[in-house]
Amino acid sequence: MALNTASETAEGLSLRQSRPRYGEKVIRFVLAAAAFVSIFTTFGILISLLIPSIEFFLEVPITDFLFGTTWTPLFKDGEFGVLPLLSGTIVITVIAIAVAIPLGLGASIYLSEYASTRVRKVLKPTLEVLAGIPTVVFGFFALEFLTQLVLIKIFPGIEVFNALSAGLIMGIMIIPTIASLSEDAMAAVPSGLRDGAYALGSTKRQTAIKVVIPAALSGIVAAFVLGISRAIGETMIVTIAAGLQPQLSFNPLIGMQTMTSYIAAAGSGDLATGSIEYKSIFAVGMLLFVLTFIMNIFSIRLVRRFRQVYQ
Amino acid sequence: MNQNGDITMHLDHALSPRGASIPLEVSDPVFTLDDVSVFYGDYEAIRNVTLPIGKNEITAFIGPSGCGKSTLLRSFNRMNDLILGSHLKGVVAYHGTDIYGPDVDPIEVRRKVGMVFQKPNVFPKSIYENVAYGPKVNGAKGNLDDVVEECLTRAALWNEVKDDLKKSAYALSGGQQQRLVIARCIAVKPEVILMDEPCASLDPIATAKIEDLMVELANDYTIVIVTHNMQQAARVSDRTAFFTAELDDNEVRHGRLVEFGRTRELFSSPGDTRTEDYISGRFG
Repeated sequence: MALNTASETAEGLSLRQSRPRYGEKVIRFVLAAAAFVSIFTTFGILISLLIPSIEFFLEVPITDFLFGTTWTPLFKDGEFGVLPLLSGTIVITVIAIAVAIPLGLGASIYLSEYASTRVRKVLKPTLEVLAGIPTVVFGFFALEFLTQLVLIKIFPGIEVFNALSAGLIMGIMIIPTIASLSEDAMAAVPSGLRDGAYALGSTKRQTAIKVVIPAALSGIVAAFVLGISRAIGETMIVTIAAGLQPQLSFNPLIGMQTMTSYIAAAGSGDLATGSIEYKSIFAVGMLLFVLTFIMNIFSIRLVRRFRQVYQ
Repeated sequence: MNQNGDITMHLDHALSPRGASIPLEVSDPVFTLDDVSVFYGDYEAIRNVTLPIGKNEITAFIGPSGCGKSTLLRSFNRMNDLILGSHLKGVVAYHGTDIYGPDVDPIEVRRKVGMVFQKPNVFPKSIYENVAYGPKVNGAKGNLDDVVEECLTRAALWNEVKDDLKKSAYALSGGQQQRLVIARCIAVKPEVILMDEPCASLDPIATAKIEDLMVELANDYTIVIVTHNMQQAARVSDRTAFFTAELDDNEVRHGRLVEFGRTRELFSSPGDTRTEDYISGRFG
């Protein structure tokens, strides 16, 4: 059977595009540009980190940096062993997530499974306000209130600047992130699954723990990872409350410096551009970037593994 | 005042149920509903239902959308408790005990009265774990392999999944998922299985399998099924209750039980013109 082309369809019936659709192309371009801005920025940051870092590692061997136990960049003949900064970051992050994960998950289970609609309507926004408090305020709260009024009574030997107060307050700061995202994940679990669990004679606790949490696990894990990332990247609280002394120790009662607070403190000082101290900022920044990057990759895999597709 | 009026009317009604069109000839009832009304807040979804459910029978609830049949079904295992603001008037007696009585635990009720839903709500777990879930939350310890095999066999699913027990239940087809849900339900060893439009999301072949299964299960279980499919009610059920949605004097819609009887009689010689209109496809 012979076919007409679109333009020569019988009786003036044309199936060709009747007028150009410029708007479509413009919108497509604008939206694509919006999407690519973040990618270009990421690459830009990566390059600006990479160049001074490479220069740094030309002067300081990478093994000295990664495995050295003394961090004294401002001394004459300073040493650049990053382990003290790493230990500070790890200690404070572990304290923070030890506070934030149980409390955040508990809050989200309560909000999603136990709280009445009225309580939830009040509690969830209140919790989210906590996420809006500037971290500098949290920092002073840790230093002035938590350390001076509370911790000093429990641990008489505690230093004024200490990792414990910074970690605890950072944990409280992260609770809303974990609680709110986990609650979203649990609320997205189809109510049919809850009905199914209750219809089998499950209690509320069994329904929450054995059905709702496993079904929401990918979202909950994502919430945890975001919380941990925030803890690792958090700067202001540790700068104010944990002090600026790099110490290779796991004792939370003494002052510590983290990778972020070193960057903040050194970056706001008057280091000569191009000096080895200056370049060390970028090397630490690079390490921070690599660590969070590895964690994000890990979490994406984890989330994919637990992902459940609802019909 | 209105409240008092309602209670008086309710009592009058309970003392002299308008049961003329509702034969109560079921000899060994598992459930007896006496003048049951279910409310969502102020809204009365279904009004004044008096009805027995016979042991090892399949009772079908049919009627147009919004007639309250699903609501009524969910009152048999207190699933309506989970809906905020719902409450019930009248008596839902299970072997003579009011399941809405003061010292009745809804969780215990649900262990005796299982439920299968419209959408196959398998858990995001393996096939094995889905079936083992009920026994586990009910305190079963040790190896559940035998229970899982038995229940999957009874649900006519064992031969299709026996090599894939560790696979996610989501890998199954809709019809298989619904049979898995039935297997999961009988693993708790209920006496009654409630089915709320169990075939609504299934194709005709899967539906036929579920229907065969229902008839088979009725040897050991008492089944109450809500269905939109009148042929299904006619094919599988022993008794049928026809509900409709009516406007009352205040122009408020609520569900009513119109007619209840043996399925064959109800379909061949309905006693009410509304039933006749519905089953002959004139409305709904």
